[in-house]
Parts: sequence; C-alpha cells; structure tokens
Amino acid sequence: MNIGQILLNLWNASGFAAMTWQNGVMLIIGCVLLYLAIVKKFEPLLLCGIAFGCILTNLPMANLYHQELWTAFMNKEIGYGEILKNGGLLDFFYIGVKTSIYPCLIFMGVGAMTDFGPLLSYPKSLLLGAAAQMGVFVAFFGAVVLGFTGPQAASIGIIGGADGPTAIFLTSKLAPELLGAIAVAAYSYMALIPLIQPPFMKLLTTKKEREIKMEQTRKVSKAEKIIFPIAVTLFVALLLPDTAPLIGCLMLGNLAKETGVTDRLSDTMQNALMNIVTILLSVSVGATMVGTTFLTGETLKIVVLGVCAFILSTVGGLLVGKLMCWLTKGKINPLIGSAGVSAVPMAARVANLEGQKANPSNFLLMHAMGPNVAGVIGPAIAAGFLLNIFG
Amino acid sequence: MILTKINEITLGEAGVYGLLGYGMVFLGLVLLMFLVMILGKAFMVAEKKAAKKTVVEETPAEEVKPVAPGAAGQLSLNNVDPKTAAMLMAIVADKLQKPINELRFISVKEVE
Repeated sequence: MNIGQILLNLWNASGFAAMTWQNGVMLIIGCVLLYLAIVKKFEPLLLCGIAFGCILTNLPMANLYHQELWTAFMNKEIGYGEILKNGGLLDFFYIGVKTSIYPCLIFMGVGAMTDFGPLLSYPKSLLLGAAAQMGVFVAFFGAVVLGFTGPQAASIGIIGGADGPTAIFLTSKLAPELLGAIAVAAYSYMALIPLIQPPFMKLLTTKKEREIKMEQTRKVSKAEKIIFPIAVTLFVALLLPDTAPLIGCLMLGNLAKETGVTDRLSDTMQNALMNIVTILLSVSVGATMVGTTFLTGETLKIVVLGVCAFILSTVGGLLVGKLMCWLTKGKINPLIGSAGVSAVPMAARVANLEGQKANPSNFLLMHAMGPNVAGVIGPAIAAGFLLNIFG
Repeated sequence: MILTKINEITLGEAGVYGLLGYGMVFLGLVLLMFLVMILGKAFMVAEKKAAKKTVVEETPAEEVKPVAPGAAGQLSLNNVDPKTAAMLMAIVADKLQKPINELRFISVKEVE
C-alpha cells in the first residue's frame, strides 16, 4: 500500500488541483459581491443569491453548472432533454431563466406589490416614464459602437430601464452569454440610485424648480384600479405582442391585488412566490458567471455602458420633466422626471429627498410614484420592441 | 414581425433602431396615457351622476322615549348599535357591582 500515491490521487481528484486562475478570481469576485450585499446592503435579496451562485459555479469539479451544455443548446445542437440528463443542479435551476418563467413570476409579484393609483390620478406621469427610457436606446447605440452585436447591444441597453426582471428576460433570450454581467450591473446600479441620480438632478434643475410644490392629485376609485390592469394588458399586448409575458404577469399580479376578492393569491404572489422565485433566479443568474466568459473585456464595457445607461435615463426623465414644468407654467416639479427610472420605490424616494432639500415642506413622494410605476411599463415595451427586432 | 435574427448591424442601423425604439416606447405610453385619461373621465362622470341620483330622505322625528330612572340624559352611540351598547353597559355594571340604573353612561364609541 503506497500511502503517498493514495494521497496524491486524493489531491489530484480534489478541486484544489483543478483550480485555474479564472476560478480563483471569480471566487474572490463572488465574495466581494457577498460583502456588497450583506454589509453594504446592495439589493441583498438578489445579490446574495447571485454572489453565491457565482461561487458555486466556479468551484472546480463540482459540476453544478455546464456552460458547454447551454452553448450547445443555444446552437440548437441539443434540447432540454440533454440538459436534464447531463446537467447539474444549477443547470436545472437555470431552465427557469431560459424559459423566462422566473422573470415573469417576479413581475407578477411586482405587480401585486405596486399601487398604480398615483399614475391613474396623474396620467401624464406616463410621459416621464417614457422619457426615462432614453438610456436604453443610447446605451444600445453605444454598445454597437463598442463592437457588440445587435442582440448583445439590446441586452446591454435594457440595463437603462433599471428593471431587473425585464433585463433578465431579454438577455436570456438575446444574449445569455452576457446574463451574469448584465444582471450584476443592473442590480448594483439600482442599489446605487441614491448616489448616481442626485448630482444630475442638481445639475439639470434650478433651485427654484426644485422648490416647486405640486397640487394634490385626485382620489382614484377602486373600479379604476381594477379596470387599469385589464386595459393595459389588452392594449400593450395588442400593440406589441412580445411584451405579453411580462406585461401580462405584471398586470395579473396587480389585478389580484386590486380586486379585493383574491387577497390570498395576492399575498402568495407578493410573499411566498416572490421569495421562492428570487432564490432560484438569483442563484441561476450567478451560476452563469463562469470565469472564462465573465473575465473578459466585454464585462468591463458592460459595466461602463450600464452606468451610462442609468445616467442617460435619469437625464431623459429630468429633461422632459423640465419641459413639462415650462409647458404647465411651473406646476410640475421636474425632479419627478428622474423617478421614471424604474427602481421602485428608490428613485421616487430620491426625488422626494432632493425636493425636501430645496424646500423642507415639499412632499413629492406620491407625485414621483406616478412616473416611477410608469417606468415599470416603459422597459417592458422597450424589451418587446428589441425582442421583435432581434429575437 | 422580423423573423430573421439580425446579429451584425451597422452604426446607421443601430441609430435607426434606437430612434424607432424610443419612439415606440413614447407612442405606446402616450396612447396608454390617453386611454387612462378617458377611463378616468368616464369614471368621474359616472360618479357625479351616481351622487346626483342619491336622494336624502328626511328621517322622521324620533319618538321621545321616557328616560330610564337614574339616567341623566340621552346616551350618545357612535358606530355602536343599541343592543351592543346595552350589553356593554350591563357588563360594566356587573364588573362594578352596581345596579345599572345608578350608573350614568354618556357615550359609547367603537374605537378602530
């Protein structure tokens, strides 16, 4: 019995012997993301799972995730049967991402948690929600300039919509090889909204404009809140059928919330369902952060384009907010335009905070919630358009 | 719907898609805005009509009930029906070990 040989065999069979530099770097990145999630509280509900998925997928010889299987799937060389036969645990989790089930179920929960009342009481908020999608298309153009293909550029551009489920939905269909980088960028920047937006809000508005107090909006009836999700689903899905999965799920969730007779369903959508899907989605997305595909120059470009997309979306919303302020002779505070960036409710809170800094008696939160929730519908329409072109 | 997958695109095409896409988002949300405005106006008109149709009936003068011995005046009930108020008064009298006609109740109010 050769003990030395046995020990050598054990070592060679271990993950330590199979570790590459890319594995090592990605394990460190995973730990950094965990730090950001836990200590700095950057979107912890999602970033924790993404970070841990990143760590799991980069463990050598753990065989939890197989990038090569999904590459063959994308090239239509194999089907889901092969994935189920030869895949690991994270491959099975990832099926929910690839089939777009997870983002749609998350959107259902988002709809069940969203109150569209502020939007219904002030429908012009939809203009601000539309304006704040400027970053999507400018970043799309910028990505093409930097050498990305059309589908990749579309996936990068949608980061500007500041909507995680929409970004994952579109990227999983158009450029799944970029999913990890795009998801990390999108959720990290959403957490950084209080840092990214205020400088541009101060730059593009005057103190006088920031001081503007807006009139109380009208009360919205329950019937309106019930009709709204039905009307939006019919209208938007007929206009752009590719938006049907996202908009349909968003509005189903909202309808369950507003009817008053499906409280149990609404409660499940907001809580149990959201939590379960968040766990599976975040770990699956993290699993795509394989060292060989993540540690490239493209990831750095995505990080830069992502922050540009966020900034330009904020700028777009603020500029149209200023225009509406001018057209209404000072009745609209342009700060609410920045809330069209759909990080609900963080962007609305930031607009409220900046308004209060200018005028402590100014409460813009409910006014800002209108564009904020309009900004949930905007990226879905943008994604539907891009899917129509590149899908 | 464009069925062929477009991968490589020129800068000019990217610019056109970008403008078209932004325009499409605006178009979609502007049309939605008009839809919501129309719905809002329709609901407001319906609510006004319903409010006009409501007829306030004059309530007949209540019969003056004889005041029970010991009661110093009328009891004010806020969101409480007489039966519930009577039960509450009986419970209070029982707890205080005093006959109910020796207690004066001024108001009973349901606190939500």
